[in-house]
Amino acid sequence: MMNIAKLTAMTATPAFASLTTVVLLLLMLVAGSYYFPGFGSVQVVFNLLIDNAYLLVLAIGMTYVILSGGIDLSVGSVLALTTMLCGFLLQTWHWSAPLVIVTVLALGFGFGVLMGVLIHFFKLQAFIVTLAGMFLARGLCYVIGINSITIDNGFFTTMSQFQVTLLGGFISPGVIIALTVLIAAIYIAHYTTFGRTMYAIGGNEQSAQMMGLPVGRAKILIYGFSGFCAALAGVLFSFYMLSGYALHAEGSELDAIASVVIGGTLLTGGVGYVAGTVSGVLVLGMIQTMIAFDGSLSSWWTKIVIGGLLLIFCLAQRLMMRTR
Amino acid sequence: MRLKLFRQHPLMKPLSAFLFLLLIDAIVIPGFFQFSIKNGHLYGSLIDIVNRASPLILTGLGLTLVIATRGIDISVGAVAAIAGTVAVLLLASPAFAHNPMLWAVAAAIVCAILCGIWNGLLVVGLGLQPIIATMILMVAGRGLAQLLTDGQIQTASYEPFFFLGSGYLFGLPFSVYIVAAVFVMMTGLVRGTALGLFIEAVGINPVAARLAGIRAGAVMLFSYALCGACAGLSGVLICSNIQSADANNIGLLLELDAILAVTLGGTSLDGGRFSLAGTVIGAMIIQTLTYTIYSLGVPPEFNMIIKALVVVTVCLSQSSELKKIWTMVRSQLPARYVKKTS
Repeated sequence: MMNIAKLTAMTATPAFASLTTVVLLLLMLVAGSYYFPGFGSVQVVFNLLIDNAYLLVLAIGMTYVILSGGIDLSVGSVLALTTMLCGFLLQTWHWSAPLVIVTVLALGFGFGVLMGVLIHFFKLQAFIVTLAGMFLARGLCYVIGINSITIDNGFFTTMSQFQVTLLGGFISPGVIIALTVLIAAIYIAHYTTFGRTMYAIGGNEQSAQMMGLPVGRAKILIYGFSGFCAALAGVLFSFYMLSGYALHAEGSELDAIASVVIGGTLLTGGVGYVAGTVSGVLVLGMIQTMIAFDGSLSSWWTKIVIGGLLLIFCLAQRLMMRTR
Repeated sequence: MRLKLFRQHPLMKPLSAFLFLLLIDAIVIPGFFQFSIKNGHLYGSLIDIVNRASPLILTGLGLTLVIATRGIDISVGAVAAIAGTVAVLLLASPAFAHNPMLWAVAAAIVCAILCGIWNGLLVVGLGLQPIIATMILMVAGRGLAQLLTDGQIQTASYEPFFFLGSGYLFGLPFSVYIVAAVFVMMTGLVRGTALGLFIEAVGINPVAARLAGIRAGAVMLFSYALCGACAGLSGVLICSNIQSADANNIGLLLELDAILAVTLGGTSLDGGRFSLAGTVIGAMIIQTLTYTIYSLGVPPEFNMIIKALVVVTVCLSQSSELKKIWTMVRSQLPARYVKKTS
């Protein structure tokens, strides 16, 4: 029999919260396939990935920021701005697709770096700087155009409609891109000095500084990475929706933060896994899928359930911190 | 000497920014300072600005205290939605046929206070980070409000209720009186008693405040509850003004504007230093800015960009790092360019 001490020790490991989410995800899948006919198919899981590929990329960037002890509220707006820029550059200026993608990714990175510079050099709160970034990006969307821009570029439509057959189902190229980013992010976080510096800053910025780690450079790069991820998520979103619109993905920064928290990353920074975020994103997606399958529940239940889950996970995190 | 004291007054920066904005308006918008009396009501740009700013001022006032305790409340928009929805729903309910207005508004405020207490308990009782603790209600609260109205826009039909948000008393919009009453009450509360001092102490150092004998938890809980009440009241005002409850849109992005108003007013986001009058001026600046942008014929799309630039500028002007860098740059300059300051 497992005694209490062992149990406490187990719950105190950083991986525990992430594992709980994986178990929750499996439970939801089992419960879903029990209640709804046709739920337990490979394609439902793949659709989960297809519909949430953009959120996954967004949440990966957010995980980096939160691991380093910061927060980035601008990601949703940067995503919208990217879709808008893609639409504008492709449809009005008739740039080629690769050039557009490279440009928006570079702009996203630059935007993040700019916020990182403000946060690091002027010791401004990440929260308020990225809030301003959120306003700025959303405002720039409206400057480009108030109406939705339909994208009919050949490359974008191909990316939108192309299906990669896999295990009797199919996934979109967006999913492959998102998973590639995921693998790269896991590698950087756990196997490079940059990753270790990030964890160190999240653990205690002052100590990291005293250890001689390049705190400033790392912090600025982390916000740059988050901006890059937001722009990439925007590109994926353009593939998915084939349009640019200023109101795209409103409030997705909250979904991203929620995914990170549900994925087991501590909001105080320093503890958590990029891989955990995947399960967080999938749990959020699963809630939406289940509500869609049920049909009788209204969309606002999504918000209430996400709020409830956030609460439960925050409570669990507090308990973990106490037992440690 | 007196001039210097005057110049160093914390309200000087927001006030001069506001006056500067008014000056621009006076020059570029014809008839900006003109008032006219129609049907015994005072009309004019300034009246309009004050009237439209009132929900923002109310929310900002509550938020000021929370920020002063080094917290943040991003659920104010959702709380406003809940309170407004509750008020409009109860007005139509037969159970409140007797004096529905009083009961409906009271119930809405009580709901809002409960929301505030919930936030406070999460922050104080469980020690969650304020931004995350209030994010839970921000996400779920709007869902709850939509649940109450079943996703529909609920129209209010009780005439006296509209008076709160769009009525006139002695020639001025009634909401102005509500804002003034709340402002006077809160100022009395924090400056007339030791509460303001406690809030500042908690904001500067919660542990030290507790060791000094201040019940830090109670002070924080109170500030969240009061912030909830203020947000609720502004939700009621918004619903009364638009004569309906649209759970999806009441107070949308209100939290951002409120934080901006508080910051503009000179309240430090690091806690410990706050100014209620500053917040009022901050909210007025935001509303005047919006009014100016619309009147100048600048596309309203630029509104958000200008707000973003204003936030960054204000934060930079408060940053001590910038001062350090500036001093460093100045010391590099040849002596004759530097004005002697002794």
